[in-house]
Amino acid sequence: MSLLNKGLKNKTMNYFVNEKGYYGDFGGAYIPEMLYPNVEELRQNYLKIIDDEDFQKEFHQLLKDYVGRPSPLYLARRLSQKYNANIFLKREDLNHTGAHKINNAVGQILLAERLGKKRIIAETGAGQHGVATATVCALRGLECVVYMGEVDIQRQAPNVARMKMLGAKVVPATSGSKTLKDATNEAMRDWINNPVDTHYIIGSVVGPHPYPDMIATFQSIISEETKKQLIEQTGNDQPDYVLACVGGGSNAMGMFYHFIDDEKVKLIAVEAGGKGVDSGFSAATTVLGKEGVLHGSRSILMQTEDGQVVEPHSISAGLDYPGVGPQHAHLFKTGRGQYVSITDDESLQAGLLLTQMEGIIPAIESAHALAYLEKMNFKGGENVVVCLSGRGDKDMDTYMKYFGL
Amino acid sequence: MNRIKKLFQEKKDILSIYYTAGYPNLGDTVAIAEELERSGADLLEIGFPYSDPVADGPVIQASSKQALDNGMDLKTLFAQLKDLRKTVSIPVLLMGYVNPMLQFGVENFCKACAEVGVDGCIVPDLPMVEYEELYSPVFAKYDLSNIFLVTPQTSEERIRKIDGLSNGFVYLISSSATTGKNLQVSDTTEAYFARIASMKLNNPTMIGFGISSKETFDKACKYANGAIIGTAFVKSLSADDVQASVKQFMKEFTL
Repeated sequence: MSLLNKGLKNKTMNYFVNEKGYYGDFGGAYIPEMLYPNVEELRQNYLKIIDDEDFQKEFHQLLKDYVGRPSPLYLARRLSQKYNANIFLKREDLNHTGAHKINNAVGQILLAERLGKKRIIAETGAGQHGVATATVCALRGLECVVYMGEVDIQRQAPNVARMKMLGAKVVPATSGSKTLKDATNEAMRDWINNPVDTHYIIGSVVGPHPYPDMIATFQSIISEETKKQLIEQTGNDQPDYVLACVGGGSNAMGMFYHFIDDEKVKLIAVEAGGKGVDSGFSAATTVLGKEGVLHGSRSILMQTEDGQVVEPHSISAGLDYPGVGPQHAHLFKTGRGQYVSITDDESLQAGLLLTQMEGIIPAIESAHALAYLEKMNFKGGENVVVCLSGRGDKDMDTYMKYFGL
Repeated sequence: MNRIKKLFQEKKDILSIYYTAGYPNLGDTVAIAEELERSGADLLEIGFPYSDPVADGPVIQASSKQALDNGMDLKTLFAQLKDLRKTVSIPVLLMGYVNPMLQFGVENFCKACAEVGVDGCIVPDLPMVEYEELYSPVFAKYDLSNIFLVTPQTSEERIRKIDGLSNGFVYLISSSATTGKNLQVSDTTEAYFARIASMKLNNPTMIGFGISSKETFDKACKYANGAIIGTAFVKSLSADDVQASVKQFMKEFTL
């Protein structure tokens, strides 16, 4: 793919999307012709719409009054003492609907309205993005269809009920492994079959260009606020480390966004190691994956030698995805980001630790990022920001079973 | 001359049949091709299976999954097709998604196609810009056709571009849909087909998606050089006696 990017070789490293929709070797729009008009319409309009003053005003108003932003940046004192560093938690768990997913859903629903779309579709794994999408559809009075793997529907009954109560139709994906990857396939098929009036709200920084860039832009509010809050609290907007968990990678991209070009800030992305990266039950994409194409973009994905997509495993449904977004693949390949992994067990222990030391029950996804603090050696006094991407209410069953509560 | 070009020069109302390699049984790939040629098919599209076929409906998805479970992969497929040209003379295309092709290596893939006598491919999720900038020289080197899809929503400007990059035929999708829906020739579809016909493209056209019977095939042939049957054929295959089921399906086309 170097041909497409040969212009970039001699410039300073560009970590953001180029005019062809690529991040280095990754990205693009690998879609069948049936999806081309929809994706092209979006590509031609998304920057214009997002940059529009009226859009910005409405977006920020809703983030403030409806989502409850800015989300706090909380200096976790007892955790800081334990690790000998200043551990700040970016509290996305305090957002309306309980996770960072709502930032993107609000942005995309306003965009869909401006494109004149009447019907919204989405995919969901754990149900957090499905709930966020159903929520904004209720807010704006738009029809909402959420695709969810049949297996996940059984695992995440409370979120299914929430979506239904919000007025969404939840359609089980019964093909393949019946999880997130298959729900994404089904949503794409729906879009192919409904090419005119429907907008597809993808939940992570994956999919064909311009989705990864658009979603990262909506999520970038996380790091935008963090910088301001760090100035207020420490007088310095350059933390030493920024940590976030990565499934597809939307909270991480939001958390990294405004720090990416500041090479002094170390970016640490924590993948789900599952039962261990060598166990055959893992979702550590950058360790186990190879370059290829999944869900419309060139990235890194877990696959067989023949290019068939492999089923990942993670105890956390939100990280149970066989790929990462193309920008993550680029940050990984260039070494700008450090990609590490944490096992199911380590994440659950970290979830319990945060609960008992700070009185915050984190989503198991977010607990992966917290768990990596155990493996770091701080000299003392470093400023560390961890994205607490979601709250743990949805995971109580898993915590209860694991700890015998 | 490439077999596809020759076919379109010599014949009209071309019947193309799609089926998935390695389905219903792993070893059926070549036997189905032979029987289809005997039963009157003019062109074959052999699908190489992929785990996540987003442009396909349930029937072709299920056949792909079965083929993968049977052990089909590109290496196996090319091995099966090694002696294809000893028994099959009609043009053959391979159809599948881009990731298996990328993992095999595009150059290796094209070389293997040329070696076994495959005439071209259809890769729905290979973007036109990547094909144009990166892969068209490789396809040309091995004299392979690359077939692009056009839908009712494809703009005239883009159709012209596709026509310019195509060598073989242009694949008209009857309506914006995944595979396996029935062709309804409504006024809007008719207007779409007529619009394409009036553009006088350099390449011949074939209509696919929703063609399931002699009746829908004949309808489609009014607007194009021929049509493609996929889902209905795949659905009709019986694992117990593949040849008999092919014969049975093709009966109405040879009357």
